[in-house]
Amino acid sequence: MDIVIIGLLLGGTYALMAVGLQLQYGVARIMNLANGELLIAGAFGAFWLYAGTKASPLLALLFVVPLAFALNWAIYRVLILPLVRRAKSQGKLEVDSILATFGLSFIFIGIMVTFFGAQYTDYSYLSEPIFIFGERYGLNRVVAFLASAVLCAALYLWLHKTRTGLALRAISVNPSAAGLVSINVARASALAFALGGAVTAAGGVLLSMYLTFDASYGVVFTLKALIIVILGGVGDIRGTIVAAFILGLAETAVATLIDPGLTLAAAYVLFMVVLLVRPEGLFGRRTA
Amino acid sequence: MSASEKLPAAGAWLGITLGERRALVASVIIFIAAGFVPLIFGGYVLQVTISIVMYAAFATSWLLFSGPTNYIALSTAAFFGIGMYVTAAGIDLLPYPVLIVASGVAGAAMAAIVGLATLRVSGVYFVIFTLGLAELIRQFMTWGQHVFGTMSGLYVTIDRSEPMYYWQLLLLTAVIYLVGWRIGRSRLGFALRIIGNDEVVAVHCGINTARAKLVLFIISSTFASIIGAVVAPRWGYVEPGVAFNPYLSFQVVIMALLGGTHRLWGPVLGVIPFVLLWELISIEVPSQTTLLLGVCFLLIVYVIPNGFTGLVEDALRRGTSADGTAPGAAQRIFDPLRNLLQRGKNRNA
Repeated sequence: MDIVIIGLLLGGTYALMAVGLQLQYGVARIMNLANGELLIAGAFGAFWLYAGTKASPLLALLFVVPLAFALNWAIYRVLILPLVRRAKSQGKLEVDSILATFGLSFIFIGIMVTFFGAQYTDYSYLSEPIFIFGERYGLNRVVAFLASAVLCAALYLWLHKTRTGLALRAISVNPSAAGLVSINVARASALAFALGGAVTAAGGVLLSMYLTFDASYGVVFTLKALIIVILGGVGDIRGTIVAAFILGLAETAVATLIDPGLTLAAAYVLFMVVLLVRPEGLFGRRTA
Repeated sequence: MSASEKLPAAGAWLGITLGERRALVASVIIFIAAGFVPLIFGGYVLQVTISIVMYAAFATSWLLFSGPTNYIALSTAAFFGIGMYVTAAGIDLLPYPVLIVASGVAGAAMAAIVGLATLRVSGVYFVIFTLGLAELIRQFMTWGQHVFGTMSGLYVTIDRSEPMYYWQLLLLTAVIYLVGWRIGRSRLGFALRIIGNDEVVAVHCGINTARAKLVLFIISSTFASIIGAVVAPRWGYVEPGVAFNPYLSFQVVIMALLGGTHRLWGPVLGVIPFVLLWELISIEVPSQTTLLLGVCFLLIVYVIPNGFTGLVEDALRRGTSADGTAPGAAQRIFDPLRNLLQRGKNRNA
């Protein structure tokens, strides 16, 4: 029971960061390997605010999200767009964007080490217990989960009820066809990329409430988010959210029953199974 | 090789053309010349040269698979670590040469597992999988040592002098070259180039793409493991955090890309300047190595996407083009930069 609840709480927060990557990879079609570093930057933002003013990390969302949005917009415009224009094929673009975002991730790590140092960082916010079914859980986990759920729901509604959301979903299905029905694909892709970055950074703020992190830890989150996106199916938000819960549960189970050091191994086992059994993901459409 | 260079009477030995024979002879001379380095230099210069040869071996073995297929493998550190660990674990039980072979076999087995799982699907999944592979094996190693209660590190003590490491690595590099050259001339190499250009076309040509990729990935990874076995005694002490250091994978990729991935000799052109630059950076600004590694990545992607060999080839091609307006290599570097600045200005205006 412990495992289920902690797993669900963790999965719920993972969902937010994975949805961010989903927007970047599923809609804007850019494999952003600097995604985890963005998450860590969000976490540091929350830490900075909390350490300085004791204000709730949730308030950090107010400045982390717009900043991350602006930063990712700029990244897409300045760095990614030339690659998109230059690319002869989707495969070439993938290689280029993987390398470029790698470079970016190293630059982010370097900057964060300069400002915050390389040591492990955490802070204690709302670490009083809350009782669910008679068991103790950290209140911070529950708050993070609820905030994540609210944001995910808002995003889901926005994607399914608004015109812009519809445009983004159209691009995720077929970018060239979306262009034919007078969707400004370049603009909408930039929007999706920026929004994805903002959502991931928000995920970082929430995760920082109960996880310990350091500047170079981003790549682990990038991997987890990627595995969630692939597990759920590229281009499908529902799948991403379901997959995030699966990963949260699997990790918690492995950490509790075997060893806390093996969480990445748990994620990898899931990844292997998906690749072997259902490469298109749980909700994905089989292409070609 | 152009057709005119094929002289069946003169160069019919194993179907090797005259041009290829020249290249072979030149390579042999370069390798022999490189072999004299430890006799002339010692100390710091020799250390840096050992580094260069080691990374040349890494980058060239990386290129065997990733060059023709365009699949970015980030697993060098994982296989290197496997080689180190096999050597460290068996050093008191088996003779050293046996361990080198054993490391190769272990690396090959691991590559087979990884390849079978990931190489049948899209290239991106392969990149992601290899990205975390070193970290994954490190977690398992740490866990295993925790469970079985052994100490966290292992000592590798055999007596070797620095020049000996140099010659071992140089020999290994020569073997990698030879293998790469053979593969390049074989049906397998041809198949891989088609896969790199267009995988769908390759499938329609009747190429078993999954098998071709798997074979090459295994060969490439085996060499990375063998390098681990060769280098392990030089390091003396092996522990998970050091053996599976993910930065190694990135450095190897960046060096190979800097040199250019379209030619077998490309990576060396990247390795030499990069190792020298890196020595300088680690001495001058040791706290900013990560940041600068990132900057190097971006520079390569945006400014010299085809590496040094690409620049040389472009320069040659333009030099021989009819219209005599041959922009030099320097212009090739600065043009994209100027365009980038220009675009920035236009937007501001």
